[in-house]
Amino acid sequence: MSLTLDLFTVAAVSLGAVFFLAGTLGLLRFPDTLSRLHALTKADNLGLGLVVLGLLPQVASPLGWIGLIAVWLLALLSGATAGQLLAGAVRPPEWARLTAPGPGKDTADD
Amino acid sequence: MNEFLLAAAGFVLVTVALGLIRILRGPGDADRILAAQLLGTGGVAAMLLLGVATGLPGVTDLALLLALLAAFAAVAFVAGSGRGAAGGATPGVAEGGTGGEEPE
Amino acid sequence: MTSALAVDAVLALLIFGLALWINAARTAYGAALGFMAYGLLLALVWVRLAAVDVALTEVALGAGLTGFLLLGAAARLAPDASFDAVGVSGKGSRFLIALLCAVVAVGLAAVVLVLPDPAPTLAPLVHANLARTGVGNPVTGVLMAHRAVDTLLETLVLIPALIGIWSLSSDPDWGGRPGSLPDLSSNGPLTLLAQVLPPFGILVAIHLVWVGAEDPGGKFQGAAVLAAMWVLVLVAGLGRAPRVTSQASRLLLVLGPLVFVGIGIAGVWLAGAFLAYPEEWAKPLILAIEAALTLSVALVLGLLLAGPPVADGGGVEPRP
Repeated sequence: MSLTLDLFTVAAVSLGAVFFLAGTLGLLRFPDTLSRLHALTKADNLGLGLVVLGLLPQVASPLGWIGLIAVWLLALLSGATAGQLLAGAVRPPEWARLTAPGPGKDTADD
Repeated sequence: MNEFLLAAAGFVLVTVALGLIRILRGPGDADRILAAQLLGTGGVAAMLLLGVATGLPGVTDLALLLALLAAFAAVAFVAGSGRGAAGGATPGVAEGGTGGEEPE
Repeated sequence: MTSALAVDAVLALLIFGLALWINAARTAYGAALGFMAYGLLLALVWVRLAAVDVALTEVALGAGLTGFLLLGAAARLAPDASFDAVGVSGKGSRFLIALLCAVVAVGLAAVVLVLPDPAPTLAPLVHANLARTGVGNPVTGVLMAHRAVDTLLETLVLIPALIGIWSLSSDPDWGGRPGSLPDLSSNGPLTLLAQVLPPFGILVAIHLVWVGAEDPGGKFQGAAVLAAMWVLVLVAGLGRAPRVTSQASRLLLVLGPLVFVGIGIAGVWLAGAFLAYPEEWAKPLILAIEAALTLSVALVLGLLLAGPPVADGGGVEPRP
């Protein structure tokens, strides 16, 4: 049983690490800020999620599980909001004219 | 198993640290924020791995704290870019993908 | 053990490289962001050194309040101009700064290296007497019992710092609300974050203060988290900072130090010395001081970031 759990940990943590690698490559290789933002969120959500999933069998206490899952949920919330904030800030000004009813409208209120 | 978890922590750390090249090169401040954000998430993952591998008390709390405050750099960025121009996107920030403010 | 050694080597190299780059950075904004990343790597180093208390402080302040302050200052100084353009420092003075920092670093390293082996330490003494303080975390034991005077002065010094910032306001502005934080009340995602995150933040802060007695954590880390959450609410426009003349806010500011000093003076009669605790009451008294200090320190830290007061109707002027 413990060997199965260990194998599960190795698989999940390794897969998570691959997503971190993918996120970094995207951050370095993608051509513009919005595409890079897209790459980043993969590492945020999936990479950390798989690492947390893989660590669960290695922690004995239910309190430890709650702690690990809480870390992931908080990271999801922070990551999603930070993504929205950054995307709103770097959006090219001409896009705002396509969506906003008139000029001079604040671009950040969608 | 601990050996593997430590190695994984080192791998994640090296990976996200490569992203620091974006902090160095930009070109826009938003790209730098992205790199800091990635380092933050990778730091959380590395801390959880280190914490489970070494069994130190309090490391999960540390990761929790880091995840809690992860959005603050982005909030500070938006706050800073709002100062430059009253309303609307800020020049100099919007050209994050194309501007070359920092020629290498 | 090889993986551990590899992790340590990677951390050391990264920190060194990042430190060099921060010195050479062209924009203040880039340097501030680099410094935030540096703080995070430093926290990982503290974890590797098994000093989780220090790592918690580094993250609570560095990732939240200090990062916000530094990025705000950098954006305010020059949104996208280089150091050279605003004339803050040229190549020569930057080289001089790097040189002086290197001298300090080499000096510190030399001091550490010439220490006798084993280095003189009070750690065994602290461990021998930890049980008498009633707390299980040696860091809390030292801060609240063995070196309580230092901690008292450290919390007191925050109030003169706040007075210093408030004194930067002009006469007509006195009596207004702090006005240095940007107002982003029309930003949807930020409003959501400021509504959802603070409940978790308050929970984490209470947890940190509570476990501080036995495990890494404590009042300062908890207070920094509370202050960060409050600043988030203020920036999102969901709340307003109290007027500088508000009696309730001033009372809360001095509540922690008053409780600390009060219990300290009571110690003269109850335990024979200023800031001494009667042994059977040590832990409850320490917890009471920590709880009161958490509230006061959180308010001070938040008000420090909120800045000097501005008269009603005024606000943050858009900087050209």
